[in-house]
Amino acid sequence: MTTVSISNIVKRYGSKKTVTTALHGISFDVQQGELFGLIGPDGAGKTSLFRILTTLLLAEEGTATVDGFDVVKEYKEIRKRVGYMPGRFSLYQDLTVKENLDFFATIFNTTIEENYDLIKEIYQQIEPFKDRRAGKLSGGMKQKLALSCALIHRPSVLFLDEPTTGVDAVSRKEFWEMLKRLREQGITILVSTPYMDEASLCDRVALIQSGRIMQIDTPAGIVQQFGKKLLAVKSNNMLELLKILNDQEIVENAYPFGEYHHVVLKNGGEDVLRNELNRKGMLFEMEEAEANIEDCFIRLMNND
Amino acid sequence: MKQFISFVKKEFHHIFRDKRTMIILLAMPVVQIIIFGFALTNEVKNSKIAVWDQSKDEASASLLSQLDASRYFEIVKPVFSTAEMEAEFKKGKIRMAVVIPPKFQEELVHFNKAQVQFIADASDPNVANTLTTYASSVVQDYQSRITGEKKMPYAISTRVRMLYNPELKGAYNFVPGVMAMVLLLVCTMMTAITVVRERETGTMEIMLVSPAKPFRIVIAKAVPYFLLSAVNIASILLLSVYVLDVPVNGSLALLVGESLLFTLVSLALGLFISTKVATQQTALFISLVGLLLPTVMLSGFMFPIENMPPPLQAVSHAVPARWFYNIVRSVMIKGTGLEVVWKDTLILVGMFLFFGGLAIKNFKIRLS
Repeated sequence: MTTVSISNIVKRYGSKKTVTTALHGISFDVQQGELFGLIGPDGAGKTSLFRILTTLLLAEEGTATVDGFDVVKEYKEIRKRVGYMPGRFSLYQDLTVKENLDFFATIFNTTIEENYDLIKEIYQQIEPFKDRRAGKLSGGMKQKLALSCALIHRPSVLFLDEPTTGVDAVSRKEFWEMLKRLREQGITILVSTPYMDEASLCDRVALIQSGRIMQIDTPAGIVQQFGKKLLAVKSNNMLELLKILNDQEIVENAYPFGEYHHVVLKNGGEDVLRNELNRKGMLFEMEEAEANIEDCFIRLMNND
Repeated sequence: MKQFISFVKKEFHHIFRDKRTMIILLAMPVVQIIIFGFALTNEVKNSKIAVWDQSKDEASASLLSQLDASRYFEIVKPVFSTAEMEAEFKKGKIRMAVVIPPKFQEELVHFNKAQVQFIADASDPNVANTLTTYASSVVQDYQSRITGEKKMPYAISTRVRMLYNPELKGAYNFVPGVMAMVLLLVCTMMTAITVVRERETGTMEIMLVSPAKPFRIVIAKAVPYFLLSAVNIASILLLSVYVLDVPVNGSLALLVGESLLFTLVSLALGLFISTKVATQQTALFISLVGLLLPTVMLSGFMFPIENMPPPLQAVSHAVPARWFYNIVRSVMIKGTGLEVVWKDTLILVGMFLFFGGLAIKNFKIRLS
């Protein structure tokens, strides 16, 4: 069953003279109970899309439905049944943890007790600080509180806009585990993130760049479609190495990747490259690498 | 209803947990009343004057002692030349000088006619005017005393009565003004800022994606400020009556009712502003420049409206404080009732409905 359906959405900002188009006709569907990731760098249009789906912005063209309701005409219905966590921490900093949660429970006509089972696992971690002002919480705790508030009314669809930006690695991992457990409760989750490594934690992902969807598939499916040989090369002079690699005819693209450079070969020729580097007197290590989402993203971006 | 109470409770938390807000809300009325009551007064009291008594006789001494005895003047210095007098004026030591020519008593007795000269520092024209008027009336008093026995063939005597404010106290004028200012600041500025703050910090974003009705969000924002304004009205009235001795001559219920009406107008204005601006700074700026300034300048509180050029008079009609100031002056000082101020009251009701309606109509149900 389709829970979120997006069809040909166009969003423009600005007046007549300086129009910037944030979304160029985006379409995709999200199935019920899916953990769907919208992966792209800052400024790709993720937040605009989320705001359109949460009825906060109007699209210039196209239609979208959430849980079967039109985002323009039936916005009131949507507002009753979705949970939304904006990118910026947007709770009341001068209210305590408990007061924030109570407040959001009341405006959704529910109580903490009624849906406690849903947020229990998350809320228990911040409960010891329930009398602390939200503004004084750490990043990870703020994020847990925001998630609790977004879940308090047992939404059918959850929109999380960059929930892990500015959160430490441990908290990020915990957060994704929480999402997986929420999905088991039947909640459809749309999550946006600029971190490519988080893509593999989703059921399906859409790679978005400059307001266009480049690819939609399962993480494994996306990696499979990479289809080129990928090498990881390391040397004592990384800068020089990158220059040489990018000068080679047989290299499609080379870019820094952690402590290695990743090299995409047009049609194989690993040995040719090895000889060439030896000839230039480079001391290097070279091994075959498996492409991940980031490699796919970079390749898709360059092919555009 | 439970939702609404929860909103209001939250709003009170915001107010009570922010020290600056608390100070603006509750200390400002008290401070303003005290500043206006004791520091910024344009009443003339114990003005320092110099005398150049060239006749030094019984009559001149008697006149001068009467001047000195009045609470408006205090003779600080005898002078003996024009140059000396001018030096005192230049140093700012005196506000006025009294010159009595030679043979004052002689001329008074023999020719039934004598002269006294008042020289006032008119760099502040209002004060100069007031001082010479006071001094003239002292001279008048003196004259009627000495002619008391003798029958003058024709004499028209003037009797002046200062209605509603016999002692010409400034407080009678500024208490209504301060009330208008405080209510406007608290209600308009604070509500405008608090709504815009929610938009700036992103909390409005979450609140919009909820079943909460925009109308309720708006009303809930205004309720705490309405209640706090009631406290302010009470504290201003108590200070006026017990500290500044300004009486409430008319009906107290009517006065409080009108003040609450003005509070509603200010709240509606604040909410209306909040729908039109994007940042807290703009909200603050518009509230101060767009509202406080006209309130002070065009409500009749500082300058009489009748003396303004017609275009400004026309503008003053749009200033809510003008009508409220008039109402408070009528009810509190003159002791009139609704039969006199019904027109002003209706205008305020109209303004409330107009701005309140616009605020609700313009409340953004989306982000842009």
